[in-house]
Amino acid sequence: MASPGSGPSSLGRAGRGKPKPFEPSGRAPTGAQAKKKARQPDAPGDAPGEKPIGRRAVIAILGLGALGIAYGEHVQNGITDLLTPLRSSGLANLVPGGGGFTIYTITGGYPAPPPDYRLTVDGLVNRPLQLTVPELEALPSTRLVRDFQCVTGWRVPNVHWVGVKLTDLAKHAGARPEATDFWFTSFDGMYTESLSMLQAEQSGAIVAYSMLGAPVTREHGGPVRLYVPGMFGYKSIKWLSHISLVKQLELGYWELNGYPVNAWIAGHPPSSFRHPPQIRRGYS
Amino acid sequence: MTAPTAGRTSVTERGSMLARFDRVERAVHWTNAILFAVLVVTGAALYFTPLIALVGRRELVERIHLYAGIALPVPLILALSGSWGHALRRDIRRFNRWSSADRRWLRVIFQPQPKRSYTRARLRIGKFNAGQKLNAAFVAGGGLVMLASGLLLRWYRPFPLSWRAGATFVHNWLAVLFVIVIAGHILMALADRQALKSMFFGRISRSWAERHAPAWLDELDAQVAREAEMASVVAQNADEQQGDKASAGHPAAP
Repeated sequence: MASPGSGPSSLGRAGRGKPKPFEPSGRAPTGAQAKKKARQPDAPGDAPGEKPIGRRAVIAILGLGALGIAYGEHVQNGITDLLTPLRSSGLANLVPGGGGFTIYTITGGYPAPPPDYRLTVDGLVNRPLQLTVPELEALPSTRLVRDFQCVTGWRVPNVHWVGVKLTDLAKHAGARPEATDFWFTSFDGMYTESLSMLQAEQSGAIVAYSMLGAPVTREHGGPVRLYVPGMFGYKSIKWLSHISLVKQLELGYWELNGYPVNAWIAGHPPSSFRHPPQIRRGYS
Repeated sequence: MTAPTAGRTSVTERGSMLARFDRVERAVHWTNAILFAVLVVTGAALYFTPLIALVGRRELVERIHLYAGIALPVPLILALSGSWGHALRRDIRRFNRWSSADRRWLRVIFQPQPKRSYTRARLRIGKFNAGQKLNAAFVAGGGLVMLASGLLLRWYRPFPLSWRAGATFVHNWLAVLFVIVIAGHILMALADRQALKSMFFGRISRSWAERHAPAWLDELDAQVAREAEMASVVAQNADEQQGDKASAGHPAAP
């Protein structure tokens, strides 16, 4: 704040008696103060004791932001765990990472299933399948209570899932021995995914028709979606309509957009897993 | 008081109104306000499930949010990139510098109410109080963090996955903070209609400044006094020069 006399005084030069000292707001300028002023000549006429706290605050915020980007993942996980007991009240859903889903779609909206919806299983199989939802539900089912972890950082703990194990479905369709990978497509027309036979075995992936205690809703990818435990959410393709057994792994939509093909949240498959002797192959 | 130099209108003239914000500052404020509103609305439509279902058109909403975010610093940069930004630059320097009065103002924040107001009324606060200075620092620093984390969310490929998770965390929580702080900013503006009007028309009364910004008023008065003094000095010099010419001219004159 420009106090009288502290600005570059053109009046001082104008003569008229004593030259004006470079002195802030009428206080007696001690030598120390004069030195201090001399060191910050661009300081806009601030009285002694004025500090650039604004700049420091901005720098502190920038530092906190950088820390948050580097380590925020862990903080967010802690917050999600803390808020989990509140989740049933619905309050937690209003808080970022409060344990609710952030629902993504890569098309304009949430696609509606075609009226004659069928889940197709074909490719390297002996008995291609065209399953209605009731037919899928009639197959031996698997129940899971597992977290849904998004690659962008949010997580929904303890989600209830019901569906048919992907490997069971492959057996049911009579998968041929040369089939090594699954290729999934969605009826939204864009979303694709892939999973190796080994990853399906290791993760216990299911073709889910029930989620959160009810049939899978349209937003969550109903009527049928994939759920791959232990892997980031983008592997769990929504609005699933077509499973093809192939012998070459292809990149799905999100992998083409830069996400790793190896989507294990831990970075590697669960250590408790024992390789089944018949399908031993490298991780993708 | 001597009349200031012709051509330049002094701040304390024109009745008892003072120039608080010039055109450039007001333009920056209101473009920022509009962009911020767009960001809040589109951000909510991207984040809250019921709104996502209601609004849909995710790609379009995403694009508007992205462009509005990238545009947010542009008005400020434009305003600072020329001589027209001198008032804004001066106010930014004011935001940066904290006087001992500002620090006192902030320290009494936990005092019970009537006492706090009494304490603060005695402080010689400048054009901006410590709350406004904190708000400015938050908007500047937080805005940059929002921009950086938002850009990282959009162009995530070169970075580790955990940064993307961290950027989501920072962007979400800071957005909540921003909404709270800006809501407070709007409520305070609505509670002080004079201050709000000065953001529309630029001027504020001398009595307002006496109550809220006494040190700023001192500063303005000192400036007026300086200008007046300067005007008289200039006039004096001109007189002397004329006098010199007159005396020097005579001998050589035919």
